[in-house]
Amino acid sequence: MNSLELAWKIRRHGIEMTHISKGSHIGSILSVADIIAVLYADILNYDNRNPKREDRDRVILSKGHAGAAIYAALAECGFFPLEELKTYYANGSRLSGHVSHKGVPGIEFSTGSLGHGLAVGAGMALAAKFDKKTHKVYVIMGDGECDEGAVWEAALFANHYRLNNLIAVIDHNKMQSLDFCENTIELAPFADKWKSFGWNVIDIDGHDHDELLRAYKTAVASEDKPTVVIANTIKGKGVSFMENNILWHYRTPQGEEYDAAVAELERIKP
Amino acid sequence: MRDTFVKTMMEIAKDNEDMYLITGDLGFGVLKPYWEAFPERFINAGIAEQAMTGIAAGLALEGKIVTTYSIGNFPTLRCLEQIRNDCAYHEVNVKIVCIGGGFVYGALGMSHHATEDIAIMRSLPDVVVLTPGDLMEAKAATRAMYEYHGTCYLRLGRGGERQIHDKELTDFKIGKAIKIKDGEKIAILSAGGILDEAADSVEKLREMGINAAQYSFPTVKPIDTDTIQSIAKEFELIVTVEEHNIVGGFGSAVAEVISELDEKRGKLVRIGIPDVYSSIVGDQKYLREVYGVSSDKIVERILKEVSRN
Repeated sequence: MNSLELAWKIRRHGIEMTHISKGSHIGSILSVADIIAVLYADILNYDNRNPKREDRDRVILSKGHAGAAIYAALAECGFFPLEELKTYYANGSRLSGHVSHKGVPGIEFSTGSLGHGLAVGAGMALAAKFDKKTHKVYVIMGDGECDEGAVWEAALFANHYRLNNLIAVIDHNKMQSLDFCENTIELAPFADKWKSFGWNVIDIDGHDHDELLRAYKTAVASEDKPTVVIANTIKGKGVSFMENNILWHYRTPQGEEYDAAVAELERIKP
Repeated sequence: MRDTFVKTMMEIAKDNEDMYLITGDLGFGVLKPYWEAFPERFINAGIAEQAMTGIAAGLALEGKIVTTYSIGNFPTLRCLEQIRNDCAYHEVNVKIVCIGGGFVYGALGMSHHATEDIAIMRSLPDVVVLTPGDLMEAKAATRAMYEYHGTCYLRLGRGGERQIHDKELTDFKIGKAIKIKDGEKIAILSAGGILDEAADSVEKLREMGINAAQYSFPTVKPIDTDTIQSIAKEFELIVTVEEHNIVGGFGSAVAEVISELDEKRGKLVRIGIPDVYSSIVGDQKYLREVYGVSSDKIVERILKEVSRN
């Protein structure tokens, strides 16, 4: 499956999963869809029959609230049956709202509380260095998540230890829980902050698959620094009335809104 | 205790290349022998306990046995959620080592008093809580901790602790209390470095003709339910002693067991810091006295109980 098809499927599953579960965070699921799709379709070394294979690339979804996007990608990539996506949020299911590794093949690490993923990813990357392994560690983060001090502790560490095998990807949709980032806690100049922390910074359109692919390839080739891909995205991307609308951080697609969202996605199906 | 810990850890690290240590920029002098012997397995995260613990989890997920090291509340309370989510939930081999349980860093002020750590750490599922009382217990607990697969918290003193056990603890087991002295009617139970005060109180009572039994609990979680149950049935007065807040710590763990007993049981008296932060300046010995956990205060409290009956 190519990345465009996978991205569309992540969005379509995302709408369905948040609809069935009456769950939140569809805005984030839609904004991160392309980031995850290009990663799984074109970049990652993974083995769906042996998810713990030693030479696999590691992926941590640090913005755990977009868990549905990773679950959808994993199901489409054959880690578990697509049918199981319907159990998202359900009683007794293994697919919790925020991403959990327990019993879910392909999930490397459980998150949900923001600001944890980068340090853990740094630890994994450091272990790979110690063991002279060549796999990469990808940490997908939110921009609002960068309010967390722990992110910057890990950013300092990754630079100090020259973790060129660590790649942070930030879903920079400019919005967080209550408002736009700029009205909450100013992140700008965002790229400069990362540069000053010693990171390679690649600033791209996070919905453009060619740019994403190029960014990942550049990141993988880094010789001495960790890389952050700042993927500029639109929260709610793909469904016009959800785009850039803070309401859709928590709102669940139901009734006419669900029908309209599905209809819009069907029109852009690749 | 800290030197005993480092020495014991180094012996294990010598034979196990998966052993790593990550410090939050503390351990000047103390960690030097390890740092020099295993420079490639020594990591300084800087003054950044959240990163230290998250990185430890990441390393451990890749098969390493990782020790996080700091003092007071820094390796626990400062990064509690990283311990809960990143370490314990993922059942990783991270060993959290705290130097300075209780009032060890007394005069440094309340920021450096680790006096709620046992309560908080023991409430986390999948975290073993170790509270050795003297150098022998510290050595045995360190060994047991590295043999155990999973997240552990090791609460240590600093240095200069008195040796209570006169020989090596060859049958040390996580979750098992140690009987130090037989006695009648009264049993004194302690966890952690306060063991010396407990031992002194036993001696002082003996001089007064009161023959109290003494037990040390180098593990608070899992708590030794069997031993507590049999103590509760055998003795008339059970006294717990801890250099820790009275809320939620060792005494509470004992109370949880005793309160659910069906059989007739002895009375429980818990001695600990009376649910306050200390703003009084003083060294460990001084603060123990002020907050009622010194041997004299323990004796005083027991005599009060005895005279009541």
